[in-house]
Amino acid sequence: MANTLLEFRNLKTYFYTEAGVVKAVNDVSFSIREGETVCVVGESGCGKSITAMSLMRLIPSPPGKIEGGEILYQGKDLLKLKDGEMRMLRGNEISMIFQEPMTSLNPVLKIGEQIMEPLIEHKFLSKREARQKAIELIEQVGIPRAAEIVDAYPHELSGGMRQRIMIAIALSCDPKLLIADEPTTALDVTIQAQILDLLRRLKQERNMSLMLITHDLGVVAEMADYVVVMYAGKVIEQAPVKEIFKNPRHPYTKGLLKAKPIIGQRTTRLYNIPGMVPNPIGLGDNCHFSDRCEHCMEICLTKQPQLKEDANGSKVACWLYEGEGA
Amino acid sequence: MSTTANVTANTKVKKMKSDSLWRSAFRRLRKNKMAMLGFFILIFMFLFSFIGPYLSPYLDAKISVRDANKPPSAEHWLGTDKLGRDMLLRLMEAGRISLLVGIVATSIIVIIGGTIGALAGFYGKWVDTLFMRFADIMYAIPTLPILITLGAIFSDLKVPPDSRIYYVMFIIGIISWMGLARLVRSQILSLKEQEFMLANEVLGIRDRRKIFRHLLPNTIPIIIVSATLWVANAILLESALSYLGLGVIPPTPSWGQMLSTANNMIDFKMRPWLWIPPGVCILLTVVSINFIGDGLRDALDPKQKR
Amino acid sequence: MSEQLLEVKDLKKYFPIKAGVFQRTVGHVKAVDGVSFTVKRGETLGLVGESGCGKSTVGRTIVRLYDKTEGSVLYKGQDIHELPKKELRKLRPKMQLVFQDPFSSLNPRLKVGESIGEALVDHGFCSPSEMREKVLTVLDICGLAPYHYDRYPHEFSGGQRQRIGIARALILKPDFIVLDEPVSALDVSIQAQIINLLTDLQERQELTYLFISHDLSVVEHICTKVAVMYLGSMVEMASRDELFNHPLHPYTKALLSAVPIPDPTLKRERIILQGDIPSPANPPKGCKFHTRCPLATDICREQVPEFRDMGGNHFVACHLV
Repeated sequence: MANTLLEFRNLKTYFYTEAGVVKAVNDVSFSIREGETVCVVGESGCGKSITAMSLMRLIPSPPGKIEGGEILYQGKDLLKLKDGEMRMLRGNEISMIFQEPMTSLNPVLKIGEQIMEPLIEHKFLSKREARQKAIELIEQVGIPRAAEIVDAYPHELSGGMRQRIMIAIALSCDPKLLIADEPTTALDVTIQAQILDLLRRLKQERNMSLMLITHDLGVVAEMADYVVVMYAGKVIEQAPVKEIFKNPRHPYTKGLLKAKPIIGQRTTRLYNIPGMVPNPIGLGDNCHFSDRCEHCMEICLTKQPQLKEDANGSKVACWLYEGEGA
Repeated sequence: MSTTANVTANTKVKKMKSDSLWRSAFRRLRKNKMAMLGFFILIFMFLFSFIGPYLSPYLDAKISVRDANKPPSAEHWLGTDKLGRDMLLRLMEAGRISLLVGIVATSIIVIIGGTIGALAGFYGKWVDTLFMRFADIMYAIPTLPILITLGAIFSDLKVPPDSRIYYVMFIIGIISWMGLARLVRSQILSLKEQEFMLANEVLGIRDRRKIFRHLLPNTIPIIIVSATLWVANAILLESALSYLGLGVIPPTPSWGQMLSTANNMIDFKMRPWLWIPPGVCILLTVVSINFIGDGLRDALDPKQKR
Repeated sequence: MSEQLLEVKDLKKYFPIKAGVFQRTVGHVKAVDGVSFTVKRGETLGLVGESGCGKSTVGRTIVRLYDKTEGSVLYKGQDIHELPKKELRKLRPKMQLVFQDPFSSLNPRLKVGESIGEALVDHGFCSPSEMREKVLTVLDICGLAPYHYDRYPHEFSGGQRQRIGIARALILKPDFIVLDEPVSALDVSIQAQIINLLTDLQERQELTYLFISHDLSVVEHICTKVAVMYLGSMVEMASRDELFNHPLHPYTKALLSAVPIPDPTLKRERIILQGDIPSPANPPKGCKFHTRCPLATDICREQVPEFRDMGGNHFVACHLV
């Protein structure tokens, strides 16, 4: 079994706003092994993006603050590193790509320059060497005529190509971990298929770990080895991908799976989870999903369920399963 | 069927009062310390100028050469001017004029500029071209030289001092509306492309309703900010004019006019109580209006979700 | 036999590209390049495709938000684009549009209830005093509460705002609603709520929908007939089951195989298209899809394929079928 590359331990990231404290990430723990793809799934506001931003220590501070917990990268706690040390890791050993390819690239710099930057910063390559490497990277991400593209500007490229460039920049220094925050949500479905295919291939070639954040369960089924489901700032279920789809335990996970229409499996009425995601301010000590859960019990309204290990390596935080399993 | 739908949507019960954009803007403004400071100073200046005179024992005093040029004392807190009039009272009355000019001139600017900008932006094409070229021509006219020339003409024509201030307000207004017109026009142009305007088109809403219920209310924040800053500008313009003796002339007092005593070397050196107070008043008023204007601009910016 | 509500014949919509100091027209973005279809009362026609395919433009041109460049849009036999402004305005309540972004399609400074009821009063369907009651009725139908009338758009969630958009269209008692990506901006669990609402409303109010979306799984659920667009042209159109079970056009097949399925055990033969979607300002000659088509031959590069009925009202535009 591969080693653990990254481990989140009881991470808490809070935002202090005018209206109150938003506990965006509220005691999140999970790990990513070497060469593994972990998909963090959830709907808007569940805290998945903030988890990634906390890892990269890119939380705007005010109003945000990492209040507690540890993020262990190869055993070292990232939260205890000095700013300079963290910067040396970013783009180098841990890289990130974002959702909006339109705005993630600097419009006034050439593509080549943007790819060369991390190479020059972290790997101390000369300009010429960096340019050569940049052309190679552009080819590796499947863009033809790399020698021309290296001198082009972002606005000359389409969304799919820009996302590939983002991937090229992220991979330039051979990171051990790539974080992809909804990388294909803004792209067309045929382009999405290309990008996911590319990510899969590159990940395998480099034996890289991938932390993929998404709300699309189809993408999860395609890409994930391990799945972490988040809701209202907490992890409510995590399991290997086949387990999650075959045997979802948490009512929310079940609801999510049922609510998505699947081609070829039509129902007359889509199952829908009643109610809405709760207001992140002023959440009590009850199970945050209790007001929407059809199995809600007395205890759900008063106490928070903890994440407990179940059979087959899965963990679930739900009172329905307390007293069961390992 | 609709009951289950109801349950799904109503689970989020709102206990707070509804929060219009105006109310949340107001809240943000209240939090801005500089703006609130400016606000209180401005209120003070208004009370000072409009209520103050009635509290002065010298309200109906006549000119008294015996009391001329006295430095500040217990009887005359800011001393007297060369005609023996109480300086504090003069200052208050002058404030009335300066503030009034600021407000009236700005109102004219808002009415003319707002209307022209709105029509140009909404109807576009030749209407737009016509109005904007007209604005360009007006822009080319240099403000201060024109005002000075007009001021000289008024003096020549022996226009009575009382009606001069109305002329001043009016003229400042009609040569300064272009900036606001451009602002309103560009705001309307960008609003027109917004989806809710497209939605109105699909719903078949009439033009008049589109302008008055949809476009203008969304333009008001910009107008408010602009107008606030223009009040300050107008006060300064009027002060400059009156300083040069071409705006408000004695016996009507204005801060700018009172400042002109600094022209005289003796008064400048020996009687600072004649020109420092009006200068300070102008400074306080203009700075406080600017603080308020800045605060309003930040508060009314809907992009700041706070 | 249902009546034919909408007939679109060879619709074209080009947007001029202006450049230079004098803003001369140097070219055209051929957003919609010859599209024809019909919609019967009670049907839900799904219009699918990726960016630049022109589906949104079709929707907006049908309700004459944009003026057409060529072709005709016949609503109950009347050409909408030939109507004078006054007549058009009278017809508007019958053909409504629900926008993709529920937030930007609402005036942020108006109470939601006013946004919904405004058009009703403006058209003279009711007096200002009756407006509130009518709005409350439609709020209830759309799953919102009476107190929501007095709230402002920014106080609502995405799903609720979309309900407001639907309510606003519904209150005018339309025959026909164009839904432009109505659930794309929403979370999965909220999508399900809105889709159920739309299906219920269709039954209750005998509505006809043009459902524009890029999400094939949603389209499969709600539509009765589906049309696929690519770069301004329609490449395939058939009844829903026919299209999903027997797709004929290579693009349709690629599109279907590209949709990620939430089942990790399913191993599929995925068709991954090469290259990017060309720009609608400069579409390829001949069949527009030939640059990415795995089966392209010489004739595809030269000739534009005809949109033919292959039997059973299954239309395809491809030389190889």
